[in-house]
Amino acid sequence: MQLFNQTIWNDSESDGYEPLLSEKGLIDVEVGETDLPDDLTRDTLQLPKLSEPELARHYTRLSQMNYGIDNGPYPLGSCTMKYNPKFTEDIAALPATAVHPDRDSVSVQGTLEVYSTLQEYLGQIGGMDAVTLQPPAGAAGEFTGILIAESLHESNDESKQRNEVIVPSSAHGTNFASAAMAGYEVVELPADSDGRVDLDALSAAVGDSTAALMLTNPNTLGLFERNIEEIADIVHEAGGLLYYDGANLNALLGRARPGDMGFDIMHYNVHKTFATPHGGGGPGAGPIGVKQELKQFLPTPQVRETDDGYELFEPDQTIGKVHGAMGNWLVLLKAYAYISRLGNEGLRDTSAKAVLNANYLASQLDLEIPFRPFHHEFVASAGEQDAADFAKRMLDYGVHPPTTKWPETVPEALMTEPTEAESKKTLEQLATAFNAVSNEEFEALEQAPNRTSAQRIDQTSAARNPQLSWQHLDE
Amino acid sequence: MTNQFDQTNTEKINNCTGSPFTPHTKADVREMLDTIGSENVEELFDIPESIRFDDRLNITVASEQQVTAQLAQTLTQNSAQTEFLGRGHYSHYVPSIVDHISLRSEFLTSYTQYQPEITQGFLQALFEYQSLLVELTGLNVANCSMYDAATALGEAATLAARVRQVSGSRILVPDYLRTERRAVLENYVIGTNLTVEAFATKNGQTTPEVLDRALDDDVVMVYLENPTTEGVIEEHLDELGSLIEKQDSLFCLGSDLVALSLLQTPASVGADVVVGDASVLGLPTAYGMGLGIFACRDDYIRQVPGRLVGASEDAHGERTFTLTLQTREQHIRRERATSNICTNQAWVALRTAIHAAYLGPSGLISLAKKCHQLPEKVATVLDEIDGISAPIRDCHHFREFKASVESDAHLLADELMADGFAIHALNADVIQICVTEANERHVDDLAQSITEVLE
Repeated sequence: MQLFNQTIWNDSESDGYEPLLSEKGLIDVEVGETDLPDDLTRDTLQLPKLSEPELARHYTRLSQMNYGIDNGPYPLGSCTMKYNPKFTEDIAALPATAVHPDRDSVSVQGTLEVYSTLQEYLGQIGGMDAVTLQPPAGAAGEFTGILIAESLHESNDESKQRNEVIVPSSAHGTNFASAAMAGYEVVELPADSDGRVDLDALSAAVGDSTAALMLTNPNTLGLFERNIEEIADIVHEAGGLLYYDGANLNALLGRARPGDMGFDIMHYNVHKTFATPHGGGGPGAGPIGVKQELKQFLPTPQVRETDDGYELFEPDQTIGKVHGAMGNWLVLLKAYAYISRLGNEGLRDTSAKAVLNANYLASQLDLEIPFRPFHHEFVASAGEQDAADFAKRMLDYGVHPPTTKWPETVPEALMTEPTEAESKKTLEQLATAFNAVSNEEFEALEQAPNRTSAQRIDQTSAARNPQLSWQHLDE
Repeated sequence: MTNQFDQTNTEKINNCTGSPFTPHTKADVREMLDTIGSENVEELFDIPESIRFDDRLNITVASEQQVTAQLAQTLTQNSAQTEFLGRGHYSHYVPSIVDHISLRSEFLTSYTQYQPEITQGFLQALFEYQSLLVELTGLNVANCSMYDAATALGEAATLAARVRQVSGSRILVPDYLRTERRAVLENYVIGTNLTVEAFATKNGQTTPEVLDRALDDDVVMVYLENPTTEGVIEEHLDELGSLIEKQDSLFCLGSDLVALSLLQTPASVGADVVVGDASVLGLPTAYGMGLGIFACRDDYIRQVPGRLVGASEDAHGERTFTLTLQTREQHIRRERATSNICTNQAWVALRTAIHAAYLGPSGLISLAKKCHQLPEKVATVLDEIDGISAPIRDCHHFREFKASVESDAHLLADELMADGFAIHALNADVIQICVTEANERHVDDLAQSITEVLE
């Protein structure tokens, strides 16, 4: 068995672990004289003051209390937490990357070349005709895609009538939220008994009011929607568009393309599929790809290559902007470097090993896996056990647990995605943890974790009595 | 079709796999397939023949050394320019410790803190970041990041629509608002009945008279900036705040962390929400990649978009941290969520927190004072050059100012670019210059270059 061996920095001066910066040295500094009228300035600023060595130790200690993919596997279904190569950080740190967004395009030709080539690479990978890199995250990409769908309907004088977006019940919560943000009614689509889109339900749901269907393929159960061409026909015949959620694109790299399946719009989660570090929750980037007929609606500005180099331009019927500048440039640069490193063969190998790993891990588990065959991820059921407790107990076996309790179509779901980056041996360790926990009593699960630096955290009281800053900590 | 070319390339990378980032040996793959009961990996793909992609992607594999060299070469096409650019995106010197600490892989390679028991380090760092914003804004609640200033402004508008579920439909913004930010705002309110209108400012400032005339019961939110995109410090925020409060509109103020270290706190002038860009600390200009600030009064605690870190206790009664109030979020509330934001800018927030802690309160205040003093100094230098009048406005500045030029401003900018200086040309006869500690030492060279161009 492997165990977490996170460092705990218990300080005698504080109740908790590593003290807060504010507990180490909070001082109140007067702003003092300026040539501004007194009422335009603040009086004091109360913040910690620490020396550089003290700060270095504080943050190093915090890092030692944190788990990343470099510490071990992170089999979170739909999150695609894979190993991030190191060299991309060196490229992102090159001084030439630090350019202001208002620079004349003539003086940032290097940056624009990266944008242009990455657009082209992503277009090929997704089977799409044009790409924008502007959305700063996957959900921002969804929102952008829905705005583009709306613009198309607007140009056909159908935007008033087409006020519904159809989303499968098992879809990512962001799909619902993004469609609602754009002002659409969300129509939930039930799955059929084998976990895929129910074609009859879809036929019943589509109509004159359908703006789009949002779908990921493979879906959140890891299942490939084999009837995707039929689904596309149903939606298109009703006058709707098909939107592809790129969260699961890792499973298809080099083997199938949303554009060939009939999708009109898609987003890419470059921080998932293309191994850019997740940074504790971001930044990511959520480029979108569209088919030819939607090209003119892309956000402004777009990048294109001309005889005189690269230039920015405004698409004819642009939806406007979804980010104040050009999105998360450094993340896009890392994705570009990763894709270039792998090439065609590497990308194909990625999907091969991702799917192989998921299938191998599943073959080692004693748990029930209701839906098969799956691709890069699968949803096991914790059965009688509570999935959230199951996850906490897995921590005691030294591994990061899978995504839990979602999708809701599987009771006590453990949604597991090992990714291609894990070795056979690591998969076996994961399986050992799954199997051990599945044989334990409820009580052992409820009391877990016991072997981590912080033990079971009370999330209910955190929500009931929110303390969101050191200024508002209870005594 | 697997051809000889595939195999040759594949061998080159890692003996037996195509990706250098998959750890399997040939023997592993064979054993794994045998266990599963498959002949080969292709069998595992449940994809109909009609949509299989059997073509090659025209993306050529390259070694790490080749990719690094190629990108370094590509980026040399970004000409080295000394930037005097601002208008909402600012360059401040980032101390070395920020890179060294934030690049520790336990931080950089971690995911959202869904298992707080093993991610206390990042949670505490984000809690400290939230606390920094609480002190700087004077408001009670700050989330742990939005994408950038523009998207944070958009989120403020949708929050206004939610908390004021009355008849109002107008959002007022100043005419100095950057077109990019306004364009993002327009898109964010597309799903609401809100419309965005600009009001006129005088001498670069919002006057109580103009705002009073524009305000009525229909106004859901008023957005102001301090300092403005044009580098002006607003002088009547107190009075403006009272006017907005009287109409019961949401008062959203745009600012940044350096400015907030010196200027009157948003809370003291009645702001309900503060947005802006926090990456002024911790990140280079990075072609506009940012870190959106979102802070608000605690009345809106269950309406805040984005993630919140809260303090709690673990089973031993020790203080710990966890993501909290998640029932607002898209993964739980779906179409009724306060926002669709999921992946955010957490790592940039970590960098910002480290940078701010490095400066400390006195460092932040002196940096902010410098940002206030420098524009005036530089404007005086430029004003002595024939053909340029700086600053255009008689007011207090922060980091930047506008100047009028007698010749074509765009032509001037182009000629300066040839000399290695980047400035804003706003229209035919107005330029804008931004100066901080990062470009301060190049001011004399800029003045020299402008003199030569204008001669």
